[in-house]
Amino acid sequence: MSTSGNFEAPLVPEGGPTDLRTETWTSAPMSRRDRLGKWRNPIGIVGGGIVLFNLLVAVLGPQIWRLDPNALDYLRFESPSWAHPMGTDELGRDTLARIIHGAQVSLQVGLIAVTIAFIGGVLFGLLAGYYKGIVDGALMRIVDVMFALPGIILAIVIAGLLGPNRRNAMIAIGIVILPAFARVVRGAVLEVMGFPFTESARALGASGRWIMWKHVIPNITAPLLVLVTVYLSVAILAEAALSFLGLGTQPPEASWGGMLSVARTYVEIAPWMSIFPGAAIMIVVLGFNFLGDGLRDILDPRLGPHVGGASDKK
Amino acid sequence: MGGYILKRTLFAIPTLIGVTIGIFLMVRLLPGDIIDILFGGDLSASEEVKDRAREQLGLNGSYPEQYWRWISGVVQGDFGFSLRNTEPVSAVILDALPITLELMILALLIAVLVGVPLGVLSAVKRDSAHDYAARVGGLVGVSIPSFWLATLFLLFTSRALGWVPPLNYISPLDDPIGNLSQFILPSLSISVFTMAIVMRMVRATMLEVLGQDYVRTARAKGVDRRTVISKHALRNALIPVITIVGFEIGILIGGAAIVEIIFGLPGIGYVLLQAIFGRDYPVIQAATLLIAFIFIFANLLVDVLYGVVDPRISQE
Repeated sequence: MSTSGNFEAPLVPEGGPTDLRTETWTSAPMSRRDRLGKWRNPIGIVGGGIVLFNLLVAVLGPQIWRLDPNALDYLRFESPSWAHPMGTDELGRDTLARIIHGAQVSLQVGLIAVTIAFIGGVLFGLLAGYYKGIVDGALMRIVDVMFALPGIILAIVIAGLLGPNRRNAMIAIGIVILPAFARVVRGAVLEVMGFPFTESARALGASGRWIMWKHVIPNITAPLLVLVTVYLSVAILAEAALSFLGLGTQPPEASWGGMLSVARTYVEIAPWMSIFPGAAIMIVVLGFNFLGDGLRDILDPRLGPHVGGASDKK
Repeated sequence: MGGYILKRTLFAIPTLIGVTIGIFLMVRLLPGDIIDILFGGDLSASEEVKDRAREQLGLNGSYPEQYWRWISGVVQGDFGFSLRNTEPVSAVILDALPITLELMILALLIAVLVGVPLGVLSAVKRDSAHDYAARVGGLVGVSIPSFWLATLFLLFTSRALGWVPPLNYISPLDDPIGNLSQFILPSLSISVFTMAIVMRMVRATMLEVLGQDYVRTARAKGVDRRTVISKHALRNALIPVITIVGFEIGILIGGAAIVEIIFGLPGIGYVLLQAIFGRDYPVIQAATLLIAFIFIFANLLVDVLYGVVDPRISQE
């Protein structure tokens, strides 16, 4: 059972979460006990629990806590109480209701941004890995250039130029994390293409599309699953940062980053306005990171306890 | 060695050129004509006036022409003039650069000085309570948004110590102590992420190195444990960490950009954000390019350093 440190900076290129080689997933047959044993992964389970809880809050929260996140009240800067468990803000709005709304916002942005990156990245990666040559060279140069700019800076510039709103923030984040998906898929495709079974399929006259669907895609689902989980956390963090800077979700709509930005002015008199949204971001991001870490341990035995996830030795 | 450095530098040049093209196209291809946005609702502006503005901004002619004009200016250090105040962009950027660099260097120092020992300890006392705490702490560290941490630090120092860092930028040349007291909280907030990464990386590589034959041999011939760890294992375990530090530079620049705004430090991130809200295109281009340049240069430096500490790399 390993939870060893293979997590690396999400917006980081080569190595790290993007270096998920496929060769070891075709592992030797295991006894039933071993197979179940590797699912006993405390960090992964905790992460899964947090993610599930976050989903429940976003979906059921508004039904359970029925206060309107935008309802104004004369009770401004109320400290936490039974009526307002997380206090109220500078306009008397209930912080808990706004946190719940923020959970929906962050999940929506995370899912859509990762979907954009996933679709674009898989397409780019498959094209580059399958056709190689000029297509590969051109696509990978674009990826290199995108990696030459720090992710959050690129997201700030794209979101800023498109115009500050949530839709554009999602597009910006999606574009920024797309190259990571493209690179992993390309690497995996190149690897699968080199396996004898792919060669035999080709020798038997299988078409390119057949090989993609029947051989390549099934072999890259595991690294993609880990990648999606890890980059959901990246996207949620990026949305919070953009909203914090005024480039994402716009007030008066509640978002965690936006709430933190306003709370900064009142940090002296109403610290709860800063503490709860920040804690919400941290817990959710942590949940996805834990889950990604656990999934990596389970799906990629190469990073077993002894290797310890030292994935980046060139 | 010289050949290796030259090769690495030459490799960086296409990326640099690609980045200039990317930034150039990004500003032009994203929806919204710059001129229309600049003139906003001013319907009285005639086409003539707009054309003149276009010419002043270097936005006339075909894309290749525009790019050539822009890039030949950039090479000579001429980034044009800010649209908001008529200052040359190069002056705006040069004022901001040292602030961001100081933040990054301080943050990197803190991250390495704390992260490496924690990682070593975690690996040496594997599966102990300390190790487990460090592993969980590492995951927590990469999950805390730096801008929240910055707010918490401010809250803590003002509540517990009754101290708030100075709000106006203090140059280290005027008052080194004042400057440091102003930079310590922002650097600390952006260092935590990198610290967690460095710690995890050191732990992982250290565990691997400790399992190597030469470590066992050293122990078997009677070298004491402490010497084996510090002399034999740590040196080799630190090599991959250098690579990670290179990637982290990007994270640090991004973190610095956001934290600068919280602490009112007029660094590159601060300038960039102001320019974005003010639609100051020449400044946006220049700031983005400078950030990319720092990032590429830092990675080049890391590549070279890597070749120095691990001669196998440079001989390939």
